[in-house]
Amino acid sequence: MPKYIAKRVLMALVTAFLVATLTFFVMNMVPGGPFLAEKAVTPQAQAAMEAKYGLDKPLHVQYLTYMSGLLHGDFGLSLKKRGRTVAQIISTKFPVSARLGGIALLVAVFFGVPFGSVAAFNRGKAVDNVLVVFSTAGIAVPSFLSSTLLMFIFTTKLNLLPSLGLKNPQSYIMPVIALSLYPASYIARLMRSSMLDVMGQDYMRTARAKGVSNFMSIFKHAMRNAILPVITYLGPLLASLMTGSFIIEKIFNIPGLGSEFVGAITSRDYPMIMGTTIFLAVFIIAMNVIVDITYAIVDPRIKLR
Amino acid sequence: MSEEKYLVDIRHEQLSFFTSAGEVKALNDVSIRMKEGEVLGIVGESGSGKSVTAYSIMGLTAQNGRIVGGSVEFNGHRIDEMKEKELRKIRGSEVSIIFQDPMTSLNPVWTVGNQIEESIRLHTEKRGAEVRKRARELLELVGINEPEKRLGQYPHELSGGMRQRVMIAIALACEPKLLIADEPTTALDVTIQAQILELMQDLKKKLGMGIIMITHDLGVVASMCDNIAVMYAGEIVEYGTTDDIFYRPMHEYTKGLLRSIPKFHEKDYERLIPIEGQPVDLLNPPKGCGFAPRCQSCMKICLAKKPPRTDFDGLHYSRCWLLQKEEFLKNREGELSHV
Repeated sequence: MPKYIAKRVLMALVTAFLVATLTFFVMNMVPGGPFLAEKAVTPQAQAAMEAKYGLDKPLHVQYLTYMSGLLHGDFGLSLKKRGRTVAQIISTKFPVSARLGGIALLVAVFFGVPFGSVAAFNRGKAVDNVLVVFSTAGIAVPSFLSSTLLMFIFTTKLNLLPSLGLKNPQSYIMPVIALSLYPASYIARLMRSSMLDVMGQDYMRTARAKGVSNFMSIFKHAMRNAILPVITYLGPLLASLMTGSFIIEKIFNIPGLGSEFVGAITSRDYPMIMGTTIFLAVFIIAMNVIVDITYAIVDPRIKLR
Repeated sequence: MSEEKYLVDIRHEQLSFFTSAGEVKALNDVSIRMKEGEVLGIVGESGSGKSVTAYSIMGLTAQNGRIVGGSVEFNGHRIDEMKEKELRKIRGSEVSIIFQDPMTSLNPVWTVGNQIEESIRLHTEKRGAEVRKRARELLELVGINEPEKRLGQYPHELSGGMRQRVMIAIALACEPKLLIADEPTTALDVTIQAQILELMQDLKKKLGMGIIMITHDLGVVASMCDNIAVMYAGEIVEYGTTDDIFYRPMHEYTKGLLRSIPKFHEKDYERLIPIEGQPVDLLNPPKGCGFAPRCQSCMKICLAKKPPRTDFDGLHYSRCWLLQKEEFLKNREGELSHV
């Protein structure tokens, strides 16, 4: 296990380096610059600004400067938010997205796993049909539609929930629902099909032949096997939920990392783009390692090498 | 004659599976009696109802299966009248089963020890260290070396033969009166097959339980069984002692089965004789004898009416119109002309 983790950390570093390099050059190939959108920029003023941030130097020099800064843990200064470092911005924005995403993940698992299992136990019956219809809808409906719909019902019509920000616990309700709708539906479908598969396995018949109760055969014998595909899915899901959804953060006006990232790209805030991309890459790798380890714990047949 | 006590007493059992395509009549008037400590072999091809018959003794039929007629009695319990909750107490304690494929019959995510101990905890008062001790004893009993180490291993770390031994250990955890072995050696290598059969015979001697051996391998039944039931299309077509079946087979299907065993002692080169044709479709069971369409000696009456039971010496009986020939020759000659 320690050997496996060391190997994955090393691979993460290599990946981060590749991501950083690729992003750096692709980013600079895109036309436009950070100071073009500002009003009444004289050529002299623009030149002065570019000189200040080192953008007047040749690209490879800029690259080396950035990478050596990165090696020292310096993500640089934001070009748009004057006087704030990229590290500061990420460390204030990421927790907001991570908390929201973490809650959404728990909600998705909490509803997806039991609903999928219940559908499997009642295969072909009314309960199953209803759950299948709902989970299909949950996958098909885009989040901007579900969020606006939620907002329309709970804020405009019923005036029950606040529509903007994350000031109090109630304000989490709608963004969490909107964010977890897709993963919950997806998990329910995964769970349903894998539970159906497990229920037909010989070891379930063995459990029955031993006189194991229905409850125990489901929770002890079926669940641990059936949950494996869900765990596999949790890796990328965890990363995508916790790093923030641009759409949800925009609609509910949440100051998270997702909207910050997209904002940085449109405004050509080079250090911010670099910082966020590298951060997300490392985060996604880390989440996948955690999931791999969990997988090996749940399924003894998996050996981590 | 006084009523004898039987461990298994199935009378005229009819069992059907209700599928979307219709009612599949898997068992059609099956009667079996078995005394304690006896070894019964049930022989037949896939879909003949041999597994279904045995499973119904422990109430272990698939969701859509139901006993629609007759009665099933085991060890004084009326299985066909019992609820799932009551059946659970019997399963694994009074009657146990080992399945065909040991590769898939053990749960891959729990240790061998856990799966043996589960059975012990379910049906005995033993707790804690006693359970562990019993599990270790069981592994020793089924001839597994280093039992302490094996208890902590997962099924995928063991070989096929070893896993089948573990299955047997689980089945014997509570010293059942009846062990159902559903083709226990089919999925194993030939050398391992012999070991497992030997183990089962050994255990039978030690523990004295009854065994129902489900198989399509006549070699297996010959070496192990006291009595044999030959099943075809959900019916017992011939029943008798092992000697009856092997030396005095009466039914054409039984004779066919025996002809299809390779013989090594014959001097002359001899071809195996297969039984031509396909098994019947139990969704649309035939009016007459199930084997008639494949029978070399089929008569008109075989296709029209079910053959009655013809009794021979002792337990031996068979269901075939050919055996009724003499009865019929007297007055119904027309119906017996060959087709």
